[in-house]
Amino acid sequence: MRKITIITLAFALLAPARAAETIEQRAVTCFACHGEHGQSEMENTPSLGGQQAPYALIQLFMFREKLRTFEPMNDMVKSFTDDDLQKFSDFIAKLPKPQPPTETGDPARMQRGLALAQANRCNSCHNADFSGKENVPRLANQREDYLNKTLSEYKDNSRHGYDGTMADVMGSVSKEQIADLAYYISHYR
Amino acid sequence: MRICSSVPHSLLLAGAFIGVLSYGAAAQTASPPAAAPAAAQPLPPGSPMIGRPDNEAAQKLAPVAPPPIAAALDKLPIDKLKVPAGFNIEVYAAGMPNARSMALGDKGTVFVGSRLLDKVYAIVNKDGKREVKIIATGLYRPNGVAFKDGTLYIAELSKVSKIEKIEDNLDNPPKPVVIYDNLPKDEAHGWKFIAIGPDNKLYVPVGQPGNNVLHDKDHGQIRRINLDGSGAEVIALGVRNTVGFDWNPETKQLYFTDNGRDWMSEDLPNDELNRVTKVGEDFGAPYCYQGNIPDPEFGWGHSCNEFTPPVGLMGPHAAALGMRFYTGKMFPQSFKNQIIVARHGSWNRTNKFGGDVVVVHLNKDGTAKNIEPLITGFLQDNKYVGRPVDVMQLKDGSLLVSDDWNGAVWRVSYGKQKVAGQ
Repeated sequence: MRKITIITLAFALLAPARAAETIEQRAVTCFACHGEHGQSEMENTPSLGGQQAPYALIQLFMFREKLRTFEPMNDMVKSFTDDDLQKFSDFIAKLPKPQPPTETGDPARMQRGLALAQANRCNSCHNADFSGKENVPRLANQREDYLNKTLSEYKDNSRHGYDGTMADVMGSVSKEQIADLAYYISHYR
Repeated sequence: MRICSSVPHSLLLAGAFIGVLSYGAAAQTASPPAAAPAAAQPLPPGSPMIGRPDNEAAQKLAPVAPPPIAAALDKLPIDKLKVPAGFNIEVYAAGMPNARSMALGDKGTVFVGSRLLDKVYAIVNKDGKREVKIIATGLYRPNGVAFKDGTLYIAELSKVSKIEKIEDNLDNPPKPVVIYDNLPKDEAHGWKFIAIGPDNKLYVPVGQPGNNVLHDKDHGQIRRINLDGSGAEVIALGVRNTVGFDWNPETKQLYFTDNGRDWMSEDLPNDELNRVTKVGEDFGAPYCYQGNIPDPEFGWGHSCNEFTPPVGLMGPHAAALGMRFYTGKMFPQSFKNQIIVARHGSWNRTNKFGGDVVVVHLNKDGTAKNIEPLITGFLQDNKYVGRPVDVMQLKDGSLLVSDDWNGAVWRVSYGKQKVAGQ
């Protein structure tokens, strides 16, 4: 967390030059934590590549309005205009999709994860290949730790969704099941 | 007399005249839908996906979320919206992301709640010019607003609060003071429409906590409380999710819209228009929908005869939300004491249905006679360009319509167009 804060501060100091910068130049700040090619290598920090633009817009908006709380992100976008939010979400959607891990995943856990994804009908909104659609996010090959954290936060209502759908879905999913789901979706091929 | 499920979808979607969707008519044709094919894995109890068939067409359907940013004035789809001859439609106010339920202040202020944001807005009308102010922020799903004797009431997901003398303090309003919070905290159907009845009590619904679930005694109902939060009383049961109600100006009976369940079929059940004739009536959810379809899962061991049937059917998955009786003098005489309903529009249907504002004409006995379109065009090529949420009459008899897709409020007037609020 300290590392993230320092990076945030460092870039905040560079802010005045922003207006003249291209989106690619401004996005360097994002890449510092979220990875350069759409794939995050930082703990608990999501990969952004190939994310659905309407979903990304909703999240950036929620960070700006502090409807979703994570200080580095709240700080990062607090002075963004509506137009900035739109530009960044469109930009994120065009980054390359995250890649599956090189190891294929433990077959028993993959099987359990698959069964859980089917049982909870994740495919109903996120698509059978977890690519997402519109306001529903891409999940395929997202970081396992981030999926685990996010699903847990939806379950205990510490992360408020834009609407209540995920809180509703996660109500009946156990902690152990969340771990298997996160493992499966992160290793999905 | 035509029946909803037998009308070609294109005709319904075009907003053409829709025949009576009466209880009796539907009773003759509704057949219980076939049970969904058995899924490979059982769904956990309470899952919102219960009943969803595991096929490709169903996988394409997901709740539709509005953009978080309000449409700019010049991007509002006003040229796409259609009203009948003699009516006019204009933008009343814009720039209120996720504008939802409305209430009218004594001094003409229009209060607007939101569901996906944390804000309540006030539209102030001064010398024909309108300005939007944010009067409350940091609230949790403040969908419901009501106004009485200078006080604004706000319903969040699980509490109701008030701000006294709000219209004297629009620039620096005090924080809302909680009057009632003995409410469940479920996200599903937890957001609230509220209104104050002719009995001077505040009516507060508590939805069923999921698409199709057995609910406990604290859910699936409409309560009323005194304006200080005391004396809570349940007045209607078997209510799945009502997001709009009003009182018949002649009989003083409460009418409410109720959204039918998802995933039963493309065309059934219909959303309901209900009427409360005595305290404690049960409207059927989750055992019976639209008065004549026993739920394929929970209907076993029950009969629809146990429950009060709707007085009108509002179309499949239509999301009939805000509704008010029209009591103004501006619209033609045929609107007098009839119900104007905002249908937010479906998500759980391949060909989207609703996304319009309609007038429900009533028979002498207070049941629905027919439904006619008032505003159409929110739905274009099976995509929303706007979604109506609530309707509210202004003192001059014109009608406001909130739109949570565009973050705007529209105004419909009749006759030679006059500037709003004059």
